[in-house]
Amino acid sequence: MSTVKTEREPLFSAKTKKLLLGPLNKDNPITVQVLGICSALAVTVKLEPAVVMSISVIAVTAIANLVISLLRNTIPPRIRIIVQLVVIASLVILVDQILKAFMYDVSKQLSVFVGLIITNCIIMGRLEAFAMANKPWHSFVDGIGNGLGYGIILVIVAFFRELLGSGTIWGLKVVPNAFYELGYVNNGLMILPPMALIVVGIIIWVQRSKNPDLQED
Amino acid sequence: MKALRKYLDKIKPQFQKGGKFEKLHSTFDAFETFLFVPDKTTFRGSHIRDSIDMKRTMSIVVIALLPALLFGIWNVGHQHFLSLGEMAPFWNKVGFGLLKVLPIIIVSYATGLAIEFIFAQIRHHEVNEGFLVSGMLIPLVLPPDLPLWMVALATAFAVIIGKEVFGGTGMNILNPALTARAFLFFAYPAQMSGDKVWIADKADAFSGATPLAEATAGIESGVVHFTHSFQEMFLGLIPGSIGETSTLAILIGALILVFTGIGSLRIMLSVIAGGIFMGGILNIFGANAYMDVPFYYHLVIGGFAFGTVFMATDPVTAAQTNKGKIIYGFLIGLMAVLIRVLNPAYPEGMMLAILLMNVFAPLIDHYVVEANIKRRLKRMKPAKA
Repeated sequence: MSTVKTEREPLFSAKTKKLLLGPLNKDNPITVQVLGICSALAVTVKLEPAVVMSISVIAVTAIANLVISLLRNTIPPRIRIIVQLVVIASLVILVDQILKAFMYDVSKQLSVFVGLIITNCIIMGRLEAFAMANKPWHSFVDGIGNGLGYGIILVIVAFFRELLGSGTIWGLKVVPNAFYELGYVNNGLMILPPMALIVVGIIIWVQRSKNPDLQED
Repeated sequence: MKALRKYLDKIKPQFQKGGKFEKLHSTFDAFETFLFVPDKTTFRGSHIRDSIDMKRTMSIVVIALLPALLFGIWNVGHQHFLSLGEMAPFWNKVGFGLLKVLPIIIVSYATGLAIEFIFAQIRHHEVNEGFLVSGMLIPLVLPPDLPLWMVALATAFAVIIGKEVFGGTGMNILNPALTARAFLFFAYPAQMSGDKVWIADKADAFSGATPLAEATAGIESGVVHFTHSFQEMFLGLIPGSIGETSTLAILIGALILVFTGIGSLRIMLSVIAGGIFMGGILNIFGANAYMDVPFYYHLVIGGFAFGTVFMATDPVTAAQTNKGKIIYGFLIGLMAVLIRVLNPAYPEGMMLAILLMNVFAPLIDHYVVEANIKRRLKRMKPAKA
């Protein structure tokens, strides 16, 4: 931190790019670090709540990262977790109130899981591992990147669960009626939480078989 | 036979290293070893002089399944004509049954084997034999009226998610056939439970309730009324999944398995003991009509007998130690009856009980082994001192 750089780093250097895009694939918080699984199971029955949840998490991680990074030199190490939690909690309350004000139906569907963003390991993890030791701009980008990495998995899972479980996408019917007349039936297992785990597992499987360096023995 | 051997020998070089179809080696190997006992011998370590191998083991299990299958085919026809109120000659019933059951078997084998072969090619290992049995077990635990695409989907799910992700035959945690059934049970409840599905093309006015459903209905009405006598249930003249109805046919299969040493008698007996134990306890309490159903009924209704003989004894997913097998089996029987009676949402407790204990089997083994080590360590200590 104390080293003075002679050259000013450009706003979108290779490093920031890596911070932003890394979590989408090789550093994905869900499929590689296996964090935040709990909410991934709960809010992915339909696409809409999953997207809203992703946006909320992106907002909270990014802003919390930024705030903690700004405060990082003034936070006494012994109480840093409490400080981090206070920041996250106030942001989550904000998000919750905004959702209740503008998207009441979705906020009802998400119910307790908005509040549980506080305990989402991804956010705590990024604050501890990154924001406490990096500059505000990088922390902010890192927060957005990890939020996106979380969101992309949520959206993929929700897409398949809604398509196969309810025959709809974003509440719109996409499976034609002719299919149902032929005997097609929506898959009830897709709506149950275990299927979210299995879908996440399949995503992990596909990802690892494409990236051999992620495979552990 | 000789001509076949000659032909295989003639085309063999093309499938070996450097040959034209080198990539299809595992496919060729699968067929060759299925048709002929391989003459390869191990050249290091211990030698077991026995011609039995995985393919032969699996074939015997399929043979043991035949009585249940044949009876099931007849029973599908029998129940169909019974529901229409018509008398039909023996062969008409068999014919109708074949028409319903054969497509399910063909779809199950075709889907499962196709996936097995694809995985064998991708992973460059030999084709696993396990599916020879699973492919037969899956149709036998399904209702005869199930749409074929669901059979295919469930088979694919069972083979890929139940087996291949864990590394193929011998590595799976859950019994693949039960995984397929559980998948269908939760994914398509309307096609897998209720009174409509157990008799193929049944007349609407006819009650198609299985004895299990009748027993569950007894909780609300206060009296369990079975349409069929105990003897009919034992013989299998009841609606139900294709292969599970006849306890008699299953017993013949059990004899074959036990006699050839392939199925574990220890597990079978302890499952039955567990079922009788729990059924007895519930009889003593008798808080509702279902609890009052005599404990021996539990052994012949639903999939209890079939699960005991063919599912619980699966050597891959069962406990491995002798003591572990007894605990594992006993708990399966106990849970099956417990789930059946106390949770009306899941009338078929056997499937869930076996899957649950499949998950616990390694843990049971672990503690049995640990206990053994502890016991022997104790014996050692005085000698030290």
